[in-house]
Amino acid sequence: MTASLAGPAPEGGYQFYVTEDPHHHEGHDDHDEHHHETGTRLGFWIYLMSDCLIFGILFAVHAVLGTSYAAGPSPADLFEIDKILLSTFFLLFSSITYGFAVINMQQDKQRAMMLWLIVTGLFGGAFLVMEVLEFQHLWHLGAGPGASAFLSSFWILVGTHGLHVTCGSIWLVVLLVQVQMHGLTHENKRRIMCLSLFWHFLDLIWIGVFSFVYLTGVLL
Amino acid sequence: MSAQEHGHDSHGSYKSYIIGFALSVLLTVVPFWIVMADVKVSLSIALLIIFGLGAIQILVHVHYFLHVTVGAEDGWQAMSLVFTAILLVIILAGSIWVMVHLHENMMPAHEQIERVRNLP
Repeated sequence: MTASLAGPAPEGGYQFYVTEDPHHHEGHDDHDEHHHETGTRLGFWIYLMSDCLIFGILFAVHAVLGTSYAAGPSPADLFEIDKILLSTFFLLFSSITYGFAVINMQQDKQRAMMLWLIVTGLFGGAFLVMEVLEFQHLWHLGAGPGASAFLSSFWILVGTHGLHVTCGSIWLVVLLVQVQMHGLTHENKRRIMCLSLFWHFLDLIWIGVFSFVYLTGVLL
Repeated sequence: MSAQEHGHDSHGSYKSYIIGFALSVLLTVVPFWIVMADVKVSLSIALLIIFGLGAIQILVHVHYFLHVTVGAEDGWQAMSLVFTAILLVIILAGSIWVMVHLHENMMPAHEQIERVRNLP
């Protein structure tokens, strides 16, 4: 038990989970070496799964309503696939730079980690700028969320994803401030790992969005 | 702390992130290429490729970026993921199945309306 708590003693319910861990006495010593954060990380993961269900329902709505154009514009008239490809790459680059930040965090290289996080934030910001420009473009074409059932479900699905990326970016900025103020403490590492899950999860949802909403929409 | 210095597989290494990234780029570019280059394949094959590669890319992200393993968190992480995936399949397949049938039965197509209108 003491071996698993080699780091600075964490606050909160961490010790509770360690003592309750039934696998603890089964000789998984190498497994218990690194901080496992079973409580927080698993809880955050279950939040992500519930978020996944929200997106799943929005995808189902779009699957049902996605071809109801109400004599309005269709995806082939509205979507600029080359720009979607660019935003897809912004998000993909931000995913790998976040991965590099996590690697540097594990090696306690605070400066390098913060640089990679800033790069991640810039890519995330670029993605958001592309999305806002696209929404503006659609709005000026008169393709707002009220124009047809297809556009209602499109705006709510892509908008919900954009809102998540916005929240993730705000979280990223707050984390950078906290790391700057307090350094790579145990709590900050835990937060960075949670945001890592969140950020990669958003990239995963975006795969569904570009495959289903944009590419399939243009083809149909 | 020294145990953490060596990139243990549960949180990835440069190599695993780069492999995941390269696979993702490939799996992103191909479906976009099919649509943007207007490749001459039938619609169903194009959709099959887009959704197939999308599903593979989701698995790539889960493995290389989210680092879900069967052993992590005593299996609860993988288990909740599988549970969510099953729920999603039920929600998506069920909604589409039901609504397509509703659509066919409730909403007369334009031609049908015209046909009825032109009845003698």
